[in-house]
Amino acid sequence: MRVGVFICHCGSNIAGTVDVARAAAELRKVPGVAFATNYMYTCSEPGQDEIKQAIKRENLDRIVVAACSPRMHELTFRRTIEKAGLNRYFLEMANIREHISWVGLDKEANTIKAIETIKMAVAKVMQNKPLYSSSFKINKRVLVIGGGVAGMQAALDCGDGGLEVVLVEKSPSVGGMMARLDKTFPTIDCSICILGPKMVDVAQHDKIKLYAYSEIEDIKGYVGNYEVKIRKKATYVDWTKCTGCGLCMEKCPSKNSYDYFNFGVAPTKAINIPFPQAIPKKAKIDPDFCRQFTKGKCGVCAKICPTGAINYEMQDEIVTEEVGAIVVASGYGLIDMDKFPEYGGGRYPDVITGIQYERLLNASGPTEGHIVRPSDHTEPKTVVFVSCAGSRDKSLGIPYCSNFCCMYIAKQAILTKDHIPDSQSYVFYMDIRSPGKGYDEFTRRAQEDYGAKYVRGRVSRIYPKGKKLVVVGADTLLGTQVEVEADLVVLATAVTAAPGAAQLAEKLHISYDTFGFYVESHPKLRPVETNTSGVFLAGAAQGPKDIPASVGQGSAAAAKVLALFSKDMLESDPAVAKVNENTCVGCLKCKLTCPFGAIQEKELRGGKIVASVIETVCAGCGVCTSTCPCGAIQLSHFTDNQLLAEVNAICQK
Amino acid sequence: MSEVGPKELRIVGFLCNWCSYGGADTAGVSRFKQPTDLRIIRVPCSGRVDPLFVVKALLNGADGVLVSGCHPRDCHYSDGNFYARRRLEMLKRLLPFLGIDDKRFHYTWISASEGQRWQQTVTDFTKQIHKLGPLHSGKEAQQ
Repeated sequence: MRVGVFICHCGSNIAGTVDVARAAAELRKVPGVAFATNYMYTCSEPGQDEIKQAIKRENLDRIVVAACSPRMHELTFRRTIEKAGLNRYFLEMANIREHISWVGLDKEANTIKAIETIKMAVAKVMQNKPLYSSSFKINKRVLVIGGGVAGMQAALDCGDGGLEVVLVEKSPSVGGMMARLDKTFPTIDCSICILGPKMVDVAQHDKIKLYAYSEIEDIKGYVGNYEVKIRKKATYVDWTKCTGCGLCMEKCPSKNSYDYFNFGVAPTKAINIPFPQAIPKKAKIDPDFCRQFTKGKCGVCAKICPTGAINYEMQDEIVTEEVGAIVVASGYGLIDMDKFPEYGGGRYPDVITGIQYERLLNASGPTEGHIVRPSDHTEPKTVVFVSCAGSRDKSLGIPYCSNFCCMYIAKQAILTKDHIPDSQSYVFYMDIRSPGKGYDEFTRRAQEDYGAKYVRGRVSRIYPKGKKLVVVGADTLLGTQVEVEADLVVLATAVTAAPGAAQLAEKLHISYDTFGFYVESHPKLRPVETNTSGVFLAGAAQGPKDIPASVGQGSAAAAKVLALFSKDMLESDPAVAKVNENTCVGCLKCKLTCPFGAIQEKELRGGKIVASVIETVCAGCGVCTSTCPCGAIQLSHFTDNQLLAEVNAICQK
Repeated sequence: MSEVGPKELRIVGFLCNWCSYGGADTAGVSRFKQPTDLRIIRVPCSGRVDPLFVVKALLNGADGVLVSGCHPRDCHYSDGNFYARRRLEMLKRLLPFLGIDDKRFHYTWISASEGQRWQQTVTDFTKQIHKLGPLHSGKEAQQ
């Protein structure tokens, strides 16, 4: 066996704190190592050529690249050695950058650690076996989770690309947060006017199958072949009959139902269509408020409905769809007002959130676009905006910036002046964050052309005084205390992960960060991929972002799906479990523990029962290998021998 | 082990590819400084860690072993880490019967975004092992 070791300097990233030349010299002494060298940038084209040439020149049959994390470049170097004629699994990487040079201060200790880590990789690679992938068919349908602007964009782009799309939306209508907005920054064009046509396209697209008011129940399978169970929640209205006439909503006597679409700015009816442009424009009953459900008698809507669509007996329904890829665009949530006792904690009716104010501004909102105080329906003359309500506040566990609040506050200040010309807006801010195209100009317009008074400082307290609210804050530029008597206070509440984001992630087997936002494969270079192949991200589910960024990601995710589906067959990962039928005793403990149901019973000719792995279903976790009492089932590329070789390389008493 | 510096002890870490190995990468990218004793072995899942690997390491020269996987319910392979938890908890209780202080073995959950937590874990565990001293001075086995 002739192992070649290539140690990367990574510029000064590695060579700065690891003596790479000494490491190469040490490695040359290791039995089995035929060649060891150090190189400036191994991942560069000349660097890869060096590997290819060395394989030919030195007749190498196993390669160790000591460089960055294998999560970064394992695939790169697998391709390199494959081009030089070696099986791609004859490669091991030693992570001497992320795990050594970047985290250790002492060059001597780092160098020793690097040498040992490379020796472990050499020990492993000498145990490696050639593996060959097989190909399998893919189902070229895509599931899009979330019908906000990001999800709709992904669905439309996939549909236009010729793919069949299943779009699942939790609420009764697509549109998401954007459908609730009045205008959009920095152009002040009407939100629903630009979103509405997209929503109609989604409804009318012959490739898109929309499940509104539905949730993901369960997901099974792997890239190319997922089986998705979708829970169609009971609407108590037969949507095949409902025409969206709205007569039921008019006559419904339960007038005090919570309006989820309007974030509770005003109550709605127990049977309702969330907003005039809703897609699908169908009614649904909220059983928490409907008298038929709470008191057991009413039935007004059933009597009035001209098509007889009302069905109080309706149950949730589970449907199954088969898809090959998934785009997750499940959006974001907002922090509760009760997290801010100093701002009234939701007890003062005239302290509202930014999205509630948006509904007041909106012509299709509960006040038909008239800005009024929720308490007494009078027009406010002094409006105070509080930015960073929760954002960038470690004490609330939200150290991050919510991305778009600075911009929507500027927009709302401008719109306030438009609606009420004799009004005055105050904006309490920590920093104005407006890094987009035309964004900074926009925040300046709010101040210079619309006279919004920007006060740099935080608000410490809001308390009621007569009909007014006193906002107490600091002006850190003047170094003084500020008190504003306001008629209405708008809090730019922090963006959080969507409710249920973690549960959805668990169904998808994708990871989420401490805050519940989904983790992308690489923060810069793979922003819409996840570490689970076949699952892509779009929009604010990955982190707070504004409309242009969400739309961009929606299209990006669609492009990734289209690229994935451009082939008819996918190559399977050959690093799956394999059974040695001679040593297997047929206890089938592996079958019990396999999380994927990838192990079957198999009867050999002599009647002996053994375990057998369904290769395409095996995901390669190796739980079976640790379970097997006789070492008969081994996860390829991570066999007992391979891992013990690594242990033995560093633990020799 | 001639190559180990005078102050270093031998610590072996088994890290699952999807969460903890990524977390250690994140710590690296963020330049979160750590003690240099730890040597990392990448496994696909914490459920792949056979308790015998840990025992083998401890009997053959390691002074401490750390296993880290995905947080419960956030496993890339659904529930590999639950199997890991059962096996490793059992192992922890068995170690004293082998004459090994169970503080020499630690298992934990660290996600790919928790670079800082990884730094803290490595620092704390290394400190703990240094407090216990080398395993193979023979003292522990005689007790």
